Amino acid sequence: MEKRSASLGMMEQIISGLNQNIITFLQNAGIPLWTYDFLKTIVIAVVVLLFLALQVLVVFFLDLRKIHARFQCRLGPMRVAWPANFHGWAQPIADGIKLLLKEDVVPAAADLWVFRAAPVLAFVPAYLIYITIPFSENWIVRDYSIGILYMISISSFGVIAIFLAGFGSNNKYSLYGAVRTAAQMISYEIPLVLSIVAMVMVSGSLSMQDIVIAQEGTMLGFIPNWNIFRFFPFGFFAFFIYIVTALAELNRTPFDIPEAESELVAGYNTEYSGMKFAFFFLAEYANMFAVAAIATTLFLGGWRGPFLPDVVWFILKASVVIFLYIWVRWSLPRFRVDQLMDFGWKFLLPLSLVNIFAIGLWMVLKS
Amino acid sequence: MGEYGIVLVFAALGAGFVIVSLWMSWALRPNKPTPEKLSTYECGEVPFSEARHQFNFRYYLFALLFVIFDIESVFIFPWAVQFKHSLENSISVIGNGIQGTLNGGAAFIEMMIFLFVLVLGFVYAWKKGALRWE
Repeated sequence: MEKRSASLGMMEQIISGLNQNIITFLQNAGIPLWTYDFLKTIVIAVVVLLFLALQVLVVFFLDLRKIHARFQCRLGPMRVAWPANFHGWAQPIADGIKLLLKEDVVPAAADLWVFRAAPVLAFVPAYLIYITIPFSENWIVRDYSIGILYMISISSFGVIAIFLAGFGSNNKYSLYGAVRTAAQMISYEIPLVLSIVAMVMVSGSLSMQDIVIAQEGTMLGFIPNWNIFRFFPFGFFAFFIYIVTALAELNRTPFDIPEAESELVAGYNTEYSGMKFAFFFLAEYANMFAVAAIATTLFLGGWRGPFLPDVVWFILKASVVIFLYIWVRWSLPRFRVDQLMDFGWKFLLPLSLVNIFAIGLWMVLKS
Repeated sequence: MGEYGIVLVFAALGAGFVIVSLWMSWALRPNKPTPEKLSTYECGEVPFSEARHQFNFRYYLFALLFVIFDIESVFIFPWAVQFKHSLENSISVIGNGIQGTLNGGAAFIEMMIFLFVLVLGFVYAWKKGALRWE
C-alpha cells in the first residue's frame, strides 16, 4: 500500500493539486464549499457519461459489425473511415447520426407517456451502475460499503423499463416479448444473486474495493489469488453461474427469447424507432460492460496485475469477459422457453445453493 | 452532499441526457405521419383486437417463486458479510433483547438450517409440478 500511494499517477497528482488550489480560492472568495462539491460531482458524472458513450460505440462496433462479420467469414464495414478503407472504424458514428435523424414513429394505439418514459428508465439504471465500478484503487466514483448490493438492486430496474416498453407499445409482439423478458430476468436473478453471495462470503465485505483487496497475493507461489481459482472447483462454479445468468439478464443469445427475431419481430422494442430505440440499445451495451466489470471485480482480481497500470488491467480483463459474451452470441443457437426455465430453475439454482454450502463448509473446516 | 446524493445527481444527469437527445432528434428529424404508418405493427396485416389480453398463467407461478427466493437472498446477505469475520473471531450479536456471541461453526449451521427449510419448499414445488412448462 505504501508503495502504491508513493507512485500515484501523474493524473492523480495534478487533480489533487488542482483540488487544493480551488478549495483555497473558494475559501478566500467566501463561496460555500458545497457548490464546489456539486460542480465536481457534475464534472465526474459527465466524464463517466462520456466513457460510457465511447465504450458503447467501441463494443457495439466490434460486436455487431466486426467480430460478427469475422465469425461469418466476412469483412464487415470497410468504407466509412479515414484514411479511406481503414477497417470502417467510423461506422458506429454514422449509425448514431442516422438514428438521430430518423423519423420517430409513435403508434396511435400506444400509451404515450409510458412509451416515452421507458427509454429513460432503461438508460438511467445502466448509467447509475457505473458509480461503483472500481477502475483502479483511486478511480472509483464512490466506494459504497454496500457496493455490490447497490449494483444488484439498481440493475434490477431494467426489467421494469422493458415491461413498460412492451406494455406501452400496445402491440402483441411487444407485450409477449416483455412478459417473456420479465419471466426470464426474474428467474435468472436468483442464481445470479446466490453466486454473488458465495463471493461475498469469501471476501467478507460488500464494498467493491474490499472485494478486490481480498484477492491479493498468490496461491502455491504462482496462481493469482483470484476468486475464480480459490476453493477449486467451487470458485469456478460461481463464476460459471454468474456468467451464464448475467448473459440471461442481458437478453443476449442463447437467452434472447425476449427479442427472438424469428418469432416476435424484435420483442419489446418492436414499435420503437429513431432515438428512443437507440437508448434501449445504449442501455443494453452499457449493461454489458457493467456486467463484465462486476465479473472482473468479483472473480478476476479486479484491477490487480503486474507491469501495466491498474486501469489498463481492469479494462483488459473486462474486455476478455465481453469477448466471451460476443463469442457465445455468434456461436450458439437460441434456447426454447421451456428449456430456458428448466435450465435456470432445475440446474443453476440447485447448483448455486450447493455452491454456497460447499464454500461455507470449506471455510469452516479450514479455520 | 450526503453519501447517496451523488446517485441523485447521476440520475438527474442521465435522465437529462436522454431528454435532451430526444429533443435534439425531434428538432432535426423529419415528421410525416400517415394513418398507415401510425397503425400498430403486425407484419403487414391489418391489426385486430387489443394487444393486452390474457397470457399463460405459468408466468404467475414463476413470479411467486421468485418473490420467495428474492426475500431469502435479502436475508442471506448480512450473514454472508459477517461469515468470514465470525470464523476469524466470534462476533457479538445484539438484537431482540438478546446479547451474546456467535462463532463461525454455529453461524454456518444456522444458515444451513434456514437454507434447508427453503430447499424443502423448493423440492415440494418441483414435485407438485410448479416448475413444469407446457
